[in-house]
Amino acid sequence: MYQFLYNLIGNELIAGLLVAVVPLTIILVFALFGIWLERKVSAHMQDRLGPMRTGWHGWLQTVADLMKMLQKEDIVATGADKTLYNIAPILVFTGSFAAYAVIPFSSKLLGSEVEIGLFYVLAISSLVVAGILMAGWSANNKYSLLGAMRAAAQIISYEIPTALIVLSMVMLTGTLSLDKISQMQTSSFWNWNIFGGAIFGLSKFLLIPFMFVGAMIIFISTLAEVNRVPFDIPEAESELVAGYFTEYCGMKWGMFMLAEYGNMFAVSAIVSILFFGGYQSPIGYLGNSIGAQWLVPFEQGFWFIAKGLTLVFVQMWLRWTLPRLRVDQLMTVCWKYLIPYAFINLIIIGIISIL
Amino acid sequence: MNFYDIIFYIFAAITLLSALFVVTTRNIVHSAFYLLFTFFGVAGIYVLLGADFIAISQILIYVGGILILLLFGVMLTNKITNVEIRTGTVHMLPAAIASGIFMGAVVAVMVWTEWKSEPSVIPLTTTKDIGHLLLTDYVLIFELLGILLLVALIGAASIARRDKE
Repeated sequence: MYQFLYNLIGNELIAGLLVAVVPLTIILVFALFGIWLERKVSAHMQDRLGPMRTGWHGWLQTVADLMKMLQKEDIVATGADKTLYNIAPILVFTGSFAAYAVIPFSSKLLGSEVEIGLFYVLAISSLVVAGILMAGWSANNKYSLLGAMRAAAQIISYEIPTALIVLSMVMLTGTLSLDKISQMQTSSFWNWNIFGGAIFGLSKFLLIPFMFVGAMIIFISTLAEVNRVPFDIPEAESELVAGYFTEYCGMKWGMFMLAEYGNMFAVSAIVSILFFGGYQSPIGYLGNSIGAQWLVPFEQGFWFIAKGLTLVFVQMWLRWTLPRLRVDQLMTVCWKYLIPYAFINLIIIGIISIL
Repeated sequence: MNFYDIIFYIFAAITLLSALFVVTTRNIVHSAFYLLFTFFGVAGIYVLLGADFIAISQILIYVGGILILLLFGVMLTNKITNVEIRTGTVHMLPAAIASGIFMGAVVAVMVWTEWKSEPSVIPLTTTKDIGHLLLTDYVLIFELLGILLLVALIGAASIARRDKE
C-alpha cells in the first residue's frame, strides 16, 4: 500500500499521510455504522424498532447526531484540569487509531508490514489506559475518577489472559506478523487456526479443542479490554453516570465514542486474524476461478470486514443479553478462571506443537 | 536534511521537552503524565534506530506497566498539587560535583569510543535474532532474570497477603 502510493506520488510524506488516512476513514465510517447498528440491534432484541425516521430505517440517524455534536458548545468544568482534560480524548483516540497501523485488511491493503505487528497491538493499547486515567482524573469528578480507576484496573488485568493466548498462537505459528498469520490460514475454512491450522496431521486434530478454548478466552478478555457489557463497570450508567467521560460533551465526547467503536472493531479484527483466518476467504476466491487476479484483494477485504462485523455483532448481542458483573466477580473471572485456563492451554499447545 | 532526520528531531524534541516538564512542574500527576510523552519519544527514537523490538517493549513495559502503576500510586496520595519538592538549595556542591563527574564520564565515553561508522545494513526484523541470542549466548542471564522476577512476584504476593486470624 505505502510502496504503491510512493511509486505513484513520489513523496514519502504525502504517501505516508495518505496511508494513514485509510484506517481513519474506516474507523469513522465504521463508527457511524456501528452506532446505528448497536441501536437497531438493541431495539430488535427488546422488540422495538429503534431509530426509524431519519432515512431508510433510520440509517442517517448517526450522521444527524454527528451534525448536532459538532455544533455543541464546548463546556469545561471550572474545577477541571484544563490541559489534561483537553489532551485525554485525543490520547484515547490515538491509542485506538494507532492499532490500525498494522491490521491487514487484505493482502494489498495493509498499513505497515512490520514483523512484530501482534506485539505492537498489545503495546499500543496501553495508551488507551493512560488516556482513560487522564480523562477520569482531570475532570475532577468523583464518578469520573472511580470509572477511570475501574477501567485501568480492569484493562491491565485482562491484558494478561489476552497476552497468554496471543503467546500460544505465536508459538504455534512461529511469527508475530499479522499478515503472515493470515497468509498461513489460506484456501478454506478448514485451515483456520480455530480448526488447528493449515498443517494436516495428528496434531491438527489434537489442537482443535484447545483452539476453541483459546478463542473463547481471548474473545472474553478482549471484550473486557474494550469495556463492553458484561464488563462495562467503568462506565456503568446506573452507578457512575457515564464513568470516565461523564464531564465531556460535544466532539470531545465524540472522540471517546469513536475510540470505543474503533477499539471494538480492532479487537474483533485481532481475534479474527488469530483464529478465523483474517482476510482469507472460507470457500476460495471467485477471482482465482474466473482468472481475474485483481479481484482477489477486494474479496479479501470483503471477508475481513464481514468477519469483523460478525464478531462486533456478537459483542452487541452480548451487551443486550447479559447483566453487568460486579467488581469482585470481574476480578474473580480474570484471575481465578481465565488466567489458569489460558496457562494450561499455553502449555498444552506448546507440547502439541513440538510433537 | 532528510525526511527521517526531521522525524528524529521531532521525537527528540518531544522527549527533551516533556522530560523538562516532568522535573519542573509542581503537580505530581502532571509530571507522571508528561513522563508518558518522554517514554513515547524514546520509543520513537528506537524505531528510527531500527530497533523495533526494543521500541515496542519500551511502550509495553514503561507506558503500559510502570507508568500506570506510577499513576495509581500518585493518585492514591492525598496531596497532589503543590507538593513541596525542594529544588536546588540542598547540598549544592556535592550534587554539582557528582553530576559533573557523571556528565564528564558520559561525554568521555561518547568521544573516545571508536564507533563503527561503516554504513551497516539495518536488519528488517530484530525479534528472531534477539530470541536466538537470549536462548543461546545469554541463556544463563536470561534464566537468572526469570528467577529474580519470580522471587519478586512471590515476595509481593506474600507481603500483600492477609494474615490468618
